[in-house]
Amino acid sequence: MSLFFQGVIEALRLLLTGDPEVWRITLLSLEISGSATALSLLIGIPLGTVLALARFPGRALAVSLVNTGMGLPPVVVGLFVTILLWRNGALGFLEMLYTPLAMVLAQMVIAAPIVTGLTLAAVQQIPAAFRLQMLALGASRAQMVGALLREARLPMLAAVMAGFGGVISEVGASLMVGGNIKGSTRVLTTATVLETSKGNFDIAIALSVILLLLTFLVNWALTWIQQRPRG
Amino acid sequence: MSAVVECARVAVAHGARTVLEVPSLAVAPGEILVVIGPNGAGKSTLLRVIGLLEAPTAGEVRFRGEPVTPRHGLAVRRRMASVFQEPLLIDASVRDNVALGLRFRSAEAAGLGPRVARWLDRFGIGALAARRARTLSGGEAQRVALARALVLEPELLLLDEPFAALDQPTREGLIEDLGAILRAEGITTVLVTHDRGEALALGDRVAVLMNGRLLQVDETAQVFRAPASEEVARFVGVETILHCPVIGRDGALSLLEAGPGTIEVAQPAEPGEWVRLCLRPEDVTLAAGGPAAAHSSARNRLPGRVVRLIPSGPHVRVIIDCGFPLAALVTHRSVEELHLAEGVSVTAQFKATAPHLLRSRKA
Repeated sequence: MSLFFQGVIEALRLLLTGDPEVWRITLLSLEISGSATALSLLIGIPLGTVLALARFPGRALAVSLVNTGMGLPPVVVGLFVTILLWRNGALGFLEMLYTPLAMVLAQMVIAAPIVTGLTLAAVQQIPAAFRLQMLALGASRAQMVGALLREARLPMLAAVMAGFGGVISEVGASLMVGGNIKGSTRVLTTATVLETSKGNFDIAIALSVILLLLTFLVNWALTWIQQRPRG
Repeated sequence: MSAVVECARVAVAHGARTVLEVPSLAVAPGEILVVIGPNGAGKSTLLRVIGLLEAPTAGEVRFRGEPVTPRHGLAVRRRMASVFQEPLLIDASVRDNVALGLRFRSAEAAGLGPRVARWLDRFGIGALAARRARTLSGGEAQRVALARALVLEPELLLLDEPFAALDQPTREGLIEDLGAILRAEGITTVLVTHDRGEALALGDRVAVLMNGRLLQVDETAQVFRAPASEEVARFVGVETILHCPVIGRDGALSLLEAGPGTIEVAQPAEPGEWVRLCLRPEDVTLAAGGPAAAHSSARNRLPGRVVRLIPSGPHVRVIIDCGFPLAALVTHRSVEELHLAEGVSVTAQFKATAPHLLRSRKA
C-alpha cells in the first residue's frame, strides 16, 4: 500500500513542480485523443443519424457491424492501421507510422463506432411521431434532422464521453502505431506501460493518477453540461 | 367555392392490406370537418395523407385544386399545420416552441415576438411563455401545441385526436376555447376523433370512417339524427335498433309492428316492407306504471319491464323489455323518482319524430 501512496505523492510532486516531460505527455494525450474524438464525431454523428432514420436493405447488418465496432479491440485496430501505414502498405507513402497523426487515425477508428452507435440510439429513442410533427409544422428534411439532433443533444453528450473515454485510456493501438517514442509519441498510457515494465512504480502510478484525473475532469465537465438544471 | 383540400380516388395500402379507400372527400373553406370512427379505422392515415406526410398508394390529394405529393410538398405543407394526440413539444421554452414553425419558414425574428405572444394569450397561456416545455401539465402542453400550429395562420388545420390524452374537465375547457377560436378566425379544419361528443361540439360536417371507408359524410345533426347504416347508427350512439315490418300508413305516419305492440314513425315507408328502426336512448322518456296512467304528448307509449340499470356518468342507461330490448337514458333523479329497479313496470315514451328508419329495400 505504501507503494501506492508514494506514487500519489510523486504524482502531486510531478504536477505541482511542473515537470516538463510529464506535462508534455499529458498535453499530447489530450491533443491526440481530443482530435481523434472530434474526428469521430464528424463521422459518427452523420452516420448514426442516417442509420437511425433511413430504411434500406442491409440496414440491420450495418447496425450490427456498428454495434460490434463499439467493442473493437484496440490491438486489432493497431495491427490493421500498422499494416496500412507500413512502408509498403496502402498508405505507406504518407510515412505516417510512428507519428502522432497515426495515433489519431487509430484512435479515431476506435471511437467512431462508439459515437455512431450511441448517436443511433439517441436519435432512435425519439418517437417517430416527433419527426412527423416537425414536418407537419413545415420543417424541410434538413430542418427536421436538425430539430431531431437538438432534441437528442443530451444523450449524444454520452456519445462524446464514451468516445473520449474509450481512446484516452486505450494503450494497444497507440503503442503499435505510435511506438512510444519519447518526446514524440509517448502518451500517458504508453508511458505507464513502459515505466511499469521498468519497475518505476512511483512514476507509473503518478501517470495513472494523472490519467484518471484527466478522464474525470473531461467527463465531469460534460456531465455538468448534461445535468445542469434547466427551466 | 372551391375546396381547400380534396382527396380523389385515394387509396392507402400497408403491405397487402388496404387501410384506406376514399373515392372523394372535399373540405370547404372555413368549415370544420370532423372525421369520426373507431380505433384502427384509418383516420390518422387519412390525416397524414391530407397533410402530405404520407403518399397515398393510389389517387391524389389536391390543395386548392392543384395535385400535390409529399415529395414536392414542402411549399404546400407550409400552408397547413397539424396537432397530434401527443403535444410533441421540443425541449425548449414555451415561447420557442410556439415560434418553431415560424422559424422553419425563416420568419424574421423581429416580428415574431408579438405574434407568438398574441397566440399564447388567445389560448390563455401567456403567463407560461418563459416556462420550459417539459414542466407543463398535459392540458397546458396541448394548448402550446395548438398555439404553435395556429400562429402559422394555416389555410388548413389538421387535428389528430388532440384531446384524447386529456382528463375530462381539461378537455372540455380546451374544446370550448378551440371551437371559439376556429369559428372566430374561420380556420378550415379537419379533426379526427373516436369521440362523437367532439364531433357534436365542433363539427359543421361529420364524416364517418370505418374499416378505411367513408360510410357517411353529412351535416353533423343529420349524421346523428339520420345515420346512413346500422354501423353508423351504432357508432353515433343509437342503441335501440329493431328490425321490423311496416304494417300500415296513416298520412305521414308509418305504422310498425314492434314485438307485441306498434310504433308510429313520422317517416314514409311502404306497408309490407321490412325496416330497421333506430332510436337514440336520450329520445326516450320513462313513466312509472302502465300506459293508461301516463300523461304525455308522445305518440308512442310502450309498456315494459326494467331489465337492467347501467350508471353512465351523469345519466343512467335503462334497458327495458318491451317485447324487444329498448334503451333509455335518464337522470339519477328520475331513477329515484320513478323508483326504477330491475323488474319494475314502466312505460317508455317517445315521439313519432324520434326514430329514424333505415330502409334496406326501396319499394
